[in-house]
Amino acid sequence: MTHWIIAPVILPAILAPFIVLAARYHLNIQRVFSVVGILAQIAIAIGLLWVASDGTVILYQLGDWAAPFGIVLVGDRLSTMMVLLTAVLSLFVLMYAIGSGWDDRGRHFHALFQFQIMGIMGAFLTGDLFNLFVFFEVLLIASYGLMIHAGGNERLRAGVQYVLFNLLGSTLFLFALGAIYAEAGTLNMADLARRVTEIDASETVGIRVAAVLLLLVFAIKAALVPLHFWLPSSYAEAPGPVAALFAIMTKVGAYAIIRVYTIVFPPDLEVTSGLHDVWLQPAALISLALGMIGVLAAKKLDRLVTFAVIGSMGMVLVAISMFTPASIGAALYYIIHSTLAGAALFLIVDMVKDSRTSLVLRAMPPVAGASLTAALFFAAAIAMAGLPPLSGFIGKLLILDAAYDTDRLALIWTVILASSLIAIVGFGRAGSTVFWKAKAYATQEDQTAQPPNAMAYAAVMGLLAMSIALTAFGGFVHDFTLATADQLFNPEAYISTVVDTPGKLSTPSEGS
Amino acid sequence: MSLFLIVALPFLGALLPGLMNSAGRQAVGGVTFTVSLAAFIGLLTNLPAILAGEVVQTGFNWFPQLGLNVTLMLDGLGFFFALLILGIGMLIIVYGRHYLAREDNMGEFFTYLLLFQGAMVGIVLSDNILLLLIFWELTSLSSFLLIGYWKHLEAGRQGARMALTVTGMGGLAMIGGMLILGNIAGSYDLSVILQNREAIQADPLYVPALLLILIGCFTKSAQFPFHFWLPHAMAAPTPVSAYLHSATMVKAGIFLMARMWPVLSGTPEWFYVVTTAGLITMVLGAVIALFKHDLKALLAFSTVSHLGLITMLLGTGTAFGAMVAVFHILNHATFKAALFMSAGIVDHETKTRDIRILGGLRHLMPITFVIATLGALSMAGIPLLNGFLSKEMMLKEMEKTYLFGPEWLVPALVTFGSLMSAAYCFRLIGHTFLGKKRDPESYPAKPHDPGPGLWLPPAILIVLVVAIGVAPFLAAPFVKLVTASVIGSVAEVPDYTIKIWHGVNTPLIMSIIAIVGGLIVLALFKPLLAVWDKTPRPEAKSIFDDIIAALLMWARWAIHPLHNGAFTRYAMIATIAILAAGYHAWTTGTVGEAVRAVQPIGWVEVAGWVMLAAATVGLASLHHNRLLALILIGIVGLMVSVGFVYLSAPDLAMTQITVEVVTIILLLLALNFLPNVTPEESPLWKRIRDVSVAAVGGLAAMALSYHYLLRDAVVAPISEFHLANSYKGGGGTNVVNVILVDFRGFDTYAEIIVLGIAALLIYALTETLLSGPVRARLLNRVPDKPLSGTQHPMMMVVLTRVMMPVVLMVGFYIFLRGHNEPGGGFIAGLVVSIGVVMQYMASGFAWAEDRQRFPYHGIIGAGVLIAGLTGIGSWFVGKPFMTTDFTYVRIPPFQEFELATALLFDLGVFLAVLGAVMLSLESFSRLARRAHIKDSDEPMDIDPSRDQAVPNTNPEGV
Repeated sequence: MTHWIIAPVILPAILAPFIVLAARYHLNIQRVFSVVGILAQIAIAIGLLWVASDGTVILYQLGDWAAPFGIVLVGDRLSTMMVLLTAVLSLFVLMYAIGSGWDDRGRHFHALFQFQIMGIMGAFLTGDLFNLFVFFEVLLIASYGLMIHAGGNERLRAGVQYVLFNLLGSTLFLFALGAIYAEAGTLNMADLARRVTEIDASETVGIRVAAVLLLLVFAIKAALVPLHFWLPSSYAEAPGPVAALFAIMTKVGAYAIIRVYTIVFPPDLEVTSGLHDVWLQPAALISLALGMIGVLAAKKLDRLVTFAVIGSMGMVLVAISMFTPASIGAALYYIIHSTLAGAALFLIVDMVKDSRTSLVLRAMPPVAGASLTAALFFAAAIAMAGLPPLSGFIGKLLILDAAYDTDRLALIWTVILASSLIAIVGFGRAGSTVFWKAKAYATQEDQTAQPPNAMAYAAVMGLLAMSIALTAFGGFVHDFTLATADQLFNPEAYISTVVDTPGKLSTPSEGS
Repeated sequence: MSLFLIVALPFLGALLPGLMNSAGRQAVGGVTFTVSLAAFIGLLTNLPAILAGEVVQTGFNWFPQLGLNVTLMLDGLGFFFALLILGIGMLIIVYGRHYLAREDNMGEFFTYLLLFQGAMVGIVLSDNILLLLIFWELTSLSSFLLIGYWKHLEAGRQGARMALTVTGMGGLAMIGGMLILGNIAGSYDLSVILQNREAIQADPLYVPALLLILIGCFTKSAQFPFHFWLPHAMAAPTPVSAYLHSATMVKAGIFLMARMWPVLSGTPEWFYVVTTAGLITMVLGAVIALFKHDLKALLAFSTVSHLGLITMLLGTGTAFGAMVAVFHILNHATFKAALFMSAGIVDHETKTRDIRILGGLRHLMPITFVIATLGALSMAGIPLLNGFLSKEMMLKEMEKTYLFGPEWLVPALVTFGSLMSAAYCFRLIGHTFLGKKRDPESYPAKPHDPGPGLWLPPAILIVLVVAIGVAPFLAAPFVKLVTASVIGSVAEVPDYTIKIWHGVNTPLIMSIIAIVGGLIVLALFKPLLAVWDKTPRPEAKSIFDDIIAALLMWARWAIHPLHNGAFTRYAMIATIAILAAGYHAWTTGTVGEAVRAVQPIGWVEVAGWVMLAAATVGLASLHHNRLLALILIGIVGLMVSVGFVYLSAPDLAMTQITVEVVTIILLLLALNFLPNVTPEESPLWKRIRDVSVAAVGGLAAMALSYHYLLRDAVVAPISEFHLANSYKGGGGTNVVNVILVDFRGFDTYAEIIVLGIAALLIYALTETLLSGPVRARLLNRVPDKPLSGTQHPMMMVVLTRVMMPVVLMVGFYIFLRGHNEPGGGFIAGLVVSIGVVMQYMASGFAWAEDRQRFPYHGIIGAGVLIAGLTGIGSWFVGKPFMTTDFTYVRIPPFQEFELATALLFDLGVFLAVLGAVMLSLESFSRLARRAHIKDSDEPMDIDPSRDQAVPNTNPEGV
């Protein structure tokens, strides 16, 4: 019995209370524990990914109770990939938070950060829908804490909207879970996958409504238009590194959609056909368009990035909504890409914010450390707008290619390509205003603002280096994401591993 | 040299100039040149293979599943372009080294230039069209950086953005085209695609693919109607204009048309679109060029015109047309780059490029004069220079081309274009260099010939211009070799001798008309200019700017009102969306028979339901009065608890009641800082709207619940297992508790963490508030209601002291019995915290805190840690996290009782809950402190024992 699969959840869950208990007044000790914890996370995640990469489904029965009676954690290609992505992202975010001193601008940053990681990891690893709800709560409350870190009126106001909107989502989640439980009598995903096939074709409304409500819960997290309203102001007002970490939060929603709507409610499932396949793709296309139009319309740099995030989520959901192995493979690649690029952009915006009186897109004297920051912005914007040579371009190609055989080819291509163009125009305008137009001003005599420190730069460069690596070694990544998609579309191994492994006091066929 | 290396060298080398920037300009220029030279030599090592007619290929897999692989291919066409790119590149590097001023950042410049060079070489060497796309977009990006190189110039920034937008759009369109092409051919490798002419041209998606690819080519090569960006790209430093915007990048579109010629050309669609666009561009560019006063603008439009000419030739779809196109690409690259560089010299030395100010430079800058004149004459098509040769051949090709309208239309238009072309060339020479000798002081700067660093590079090109012009047989075999690789297996290389004299034929006559006409036009320039200036014509830049401005306005109109921060609207839209999706799911499904009967409704239920509903409705309508709202919330909570009791869930009921108590206390504390009433913020119609949406949502939820309540799960729910195994497996008879701490202990574990986080964030928020300006406001707050005389009344203090041990005892009892009877750590934690909270309420924060030994942070931390470590404990016996065990022990004099590891976990829950509640309370009370009210050291305000102990010191007192 190895316990590594639960380590990504338990490690932060031990570290965070330890920090609160023993080191709450010692920032440097907190930093050491936090960074070491994340490094360990990366090592563990690589190990897990390695194990899962051959198609192994790692099962962990909490309390030794067999599914569906107890809670199980399940590590397959998809979840271990997301775990590794989270771990890598959090390392760079943490580096930036320490380097920029953000972690010193309020209390309990590191404890909340670790709890946040715990919530995200748990959401990726759990095989139980109710447990997923619980981890959604963990990551919601921790993210709220991080979001309002260091306070300020604007930030608090945005935070209230964030938490309120997400509470709506939580309520809906509970309702959807109740509905599913009423309909199927279980909330374990694998067990559910078996049970929904037994639902009679003559009484489908119950499961149909439940499936749709659940999808909407995830769509809120994934910022699908028109459920995206919580995102723009909260991400814009959140501290830079926190917004960067949030780049993975929308992906939690995308992950959950991929997971549940391939394994539990697969596209070929009779009782839930004709539901989200009708409206998900149009909504995703609108998200993509609206996000990129928002990039153009933005009057402030931070707003611009938040809309880019909405747009990139639209892109991810467009790919997901095709529900073919190729499109899911493309979506997963794009998820990795947009997490890295979005995070890098938020960090860069934070660098600009530090030495500029406001982020309004008007010409102002150059920011401290302008040329390096400008170069990084250029690179991150290229990645986000989907221009070569960074991963955004490849991701876009993959999605366009996956759409080739679908009915909506012309529509999908038109929206993707047109929104790319709008994003290019938007990013071009913003970048040239913030970084180039500033050169028209003489450099100020009293340059009080310090350029961002080396560690902060290293964090951003690290993220961009990841994006480059995702391009350079993208073939391997793409092979992996395709294998992942293949595993998702052939879930028999997953389901039987989860449901048919006996636990304490049970032979699992008993309940199902 | 390997093709990889040729492509990679400029990219790798691009790091060097930036790194070596501080080593001085000579060093930077030197390394850049060396890098280019190395790639150039590498290219030449492949010359023997090319001359032998071989195609050099190499590659490795990159994205094999997508079909995007790094496959490179070098044939005659690729070699030709690579030669131009690297050869002219080296000249430009020498020129640029001497052109840039001392204050320009040369490292940055050459880094961008090398990036561009690498991307450009990549385009012409790519075998894989997706790889080609990558390089294609890279040239757009590097051109963006180079045009905007002088960042302080408005024109530079705008030109850069315009170029990026237009070429970016083309690139995006081309992505679509290439994907279609690859999907039809079954491979993205050119070597495969070029073999599939029939399949591609027969496919229904051929026309969309063609149009998309052509948009890419036309935008890049500045073909009508996308020609307008190129003149604005002239804001770049002149070396960039010479390199990117005349010799190489703008030829990328031409290159691609040539590359795709075997598969795409030969259809009517190709012919009409390409030839027409080329013809219009050629004539239009030539006419506009004539009337431009800026030297570089004139050259820019002449470039547009010549690119049109080449496009038109490729459009004809004949092998001869392709050959002429190839030849003219070569010639144009030589004379135009030389001309740009001379224009740059003039600008550099006289500090102006305005032809109207210039004139007579022949005497002051003789070397520049010779270079520019030879270049311009070649462009005008004067014999013995290379431009003449290709222009004759072009006229020969176009003379027999029929597009539409009368038969003479195309030849006439082409002749007219040549005529205008000759005219602007003559104007360039005449108005800049000829004319009477002028005082050097009459120019913005004193002109003189520059050093060889500036004039040598164009001079080398002019040598080529003359050499090819005089001895065309030198270039002919090479041109034919390249032509062969353009047309592939579609046609034979035409048997045509490139030579100066073909006898008197139609092309020669057309040529003579053009040159003579050109001279006449120049003579009539002043009146023509007057007419031109008066003619209203659409200005491409302002149209483009208007489009962007309109787009921007529209985007802002679409985005900002929708995202204005009004939460009720956000929530309303979300609710409507959820309702709509749910409704859709409902109506498309089938409703089965209900299997459970509706239970009869008794008075008790109705009463409870009515109270709950009334309280909720009251809450929604009376929430402006905060205290009242709080009371109503209490009623709701209470009714929920009663509901739990009624439905036989005593655990939940206990939890709910204690939670209610704690929440109300915390909310009361929070109310302290809020105004008593909230203002009405939205007009009536909005409230009606919101109420309606909420009501529909509520009704939908009710209907759905009703539906589910009447039906069974498809398979028996898992709770059956929990009921059956709670005692056997979890050692407890209280199933709810066993579920909480055992079956689903992991959920509980995470939930206590949620609680802990909530407390931590309340604390962190308070800390932040208190360290800011809010602190002073809070401290100096004057309460709006009179305070009670005794804040810490004796009765309450005494009572709470007496209650304390009782409450602790009850908490302990509830905690212990939890496993078998209603109770458990969660409830116990809440109960105990109520006991402690009472002490705070009775004696005040400061007094109570002084007697509090364990920091609440620590209690939370310890609780979560204990719970976590209990879970980890099971690892030591080789069981998964949180595997419980229990045993029955008997310690005299007690009876036998159960010891379960779950109890330890429950202790963690207890501590976390206690700590979380208390930390929140502590945080609130920190906010409540005020400057003018001293913290009391005493437990109560009036204390008889204290009064007796202290002798009466104030006999006159009240």
